[in-house]
Amino acid sequence: MAKTLAQEFTKGLWEEIPPFRLVLGLCPTLAVTKSVQNGIGMGIATTFVLVFSNLLVSLLRNVIPAKIRIACFIIIIATFVTVVELLMQAFAYPLYLQLGIFIPLIVVNCIVLGRSEAFASKNKTVPAIADGLGIGVGFTLSLSVLGAVREVLGEGTFYGMQVFGPSFEPFSFMVEAPGAFVCLGLLLCLMNLAGSR
Amino acid sequence: MREMVKMVIVLTLLSSFSGGLLAAIRNNTQERIDSQVLKFVKGPAIQTIMEGADNNPIQDRFAIPVGETEKNFFVGVFDGKPNVVAFETKGGGYGGDVGVMVAVNVESGKIHGVSVTTHNETPGLGARVETDEDFKNQFAGVPIGTETQVKKDGGDITALSGATITSRAFCKAVAKAGQLFEKVKPKIMEKLSTFSG
Repeated sequence: MAKTLAQEFTKGLWEEIPPFRLVLGLCPTLAVTKSVQNGIGMGIATTFVLVFSNLLVSLLRNVIPAKIRIACFIIIIATFVTVVELLMQAFAYPLYLQLGIFIPLIVVNCIVLGRSEAFASKNKTVPAIADGLGIGVGFTLSLSVLGAVREVLGEGTFYGMQVFGPSFEPFSFMVEAPGAFVCLGLLLCLMNLAGSR
Repeated sequence: MREMVKMVIVLTLLSSFSGGLLAAIRNNTQERIDSQVLKFVKGPAIQTIMEGADNNPIQDRFAIPVGETEKNFFVGVFDGKPNVVAFETKGGGYGGDVGVMVAVNVESGKIHGVSVTTHNETPGLGARVETDEDFKNQFAGVPIGTETQVKKDGGDITALSGATITSRAFCKAVAKAGQLFEKVKPKIMEKLSTFSG
C-alpha cells in the first residue's frame, strides 16, 4: 500500500508517534524531559539527525551491502549526531550544558536506527525525508508535552515562567527519574483511552 | 570475495567521508565553541572570584604555553594594579574531573579565591562544591603552593560532609594550581609587566 507523502509525515504525529506508539527511545525521553525547553531542544536535535540520516541511508540504500548495513547506518547516524553536538556547542551552549551526555547518546536512540532500518533503507529519498521529519516532529511534541507536565508539576513553572502563586509547593517527585516513568505511563494510558474510543 | 571487497570499500569510503565532514565542521566551529565555553562555563566562575575588579578579567587574558597546550590566564586589576591572575586546573572527582578556577595574588603569593567551573558530581552531595561558599572560603588567603588536604588526610580543609572524594579532588586541583604557578611564574610576571588594562 503506497502512502502519500503527507501520510508519511503525519503518521509520525499520531499513528506512530514516538515514544508513545513506538515505545522506543525511552532513555532520552525519561532523562531530559525535566522542562519544556529541554524537551524541545532534544526533540529538535533528534529530528535533525533523523532527517539527515534517513536522507543519506535512503540515497545509499543500493550501495550499502546488506551484511554490513547496521554498521553503515551507525556511521551515518554518529556523524550527524556529532554535527548536532558541535553546532549546539557553538550556537546554543546553555542548552548543551543542560542536555549534556544525552546529545551523544542520540547515536544509540532506537528510533533513529529503527527508522533507517525499517523505512529509509527500503524507500525512496523524498518519502524517507518525510518519514524522518514526521517522526522527529512527533518526538519533539511528545517530549514537549512530557516536559510541560513535569515542569509545571515539579517546578511550578512553564518554559521558565511561574504559573502558580508563591504558595505553590513544587511536587519535586515529578522532576526526578521515577516521576518520569509515572508521567509517561499516565500519558500513554490517556492516549490509549483516547485512541480506543 | 567480491562481496568482501565491496564491504571494505563501502565502509572505508563512508568513514573517510564522515571524518572529513566532521573535521571541517570542527575547524569552523572551534573558535565559537571556545568563546561560548569562556562565556558560560568559565565566565561565571571568573566573575565570582574576581568580584570587585576594575577591569573585565574575561577580556583581559593572555595565553602561556604549558606543556603541549596553551593555557589561558585571566587578569584582574585591583587597586589599579594587575596583581591577580586566575587559571583553571582539574582534579579527579567522583564523576570525572572537577574543574577549579584558582585566582592568585602575584604580589602576596596568596590565593585570592577559588571557584568551580565544571563538574559531574552527585547532585545533593558532591555537587554542593559549586555552591558551598564556606568550603571554598577556606582556600582564600592560603599561600599558593601549599599542599592543601582535607582533614581526613591530615590537612586543614574541612571536607564537604558526605563528599570527601569531591573535596579531595578540589584540594588536588588547588595543589596542582600551585605547581603550575611556580612553573610559569616568570612568564606570568613578564606578561603582567607589559599589561595595560
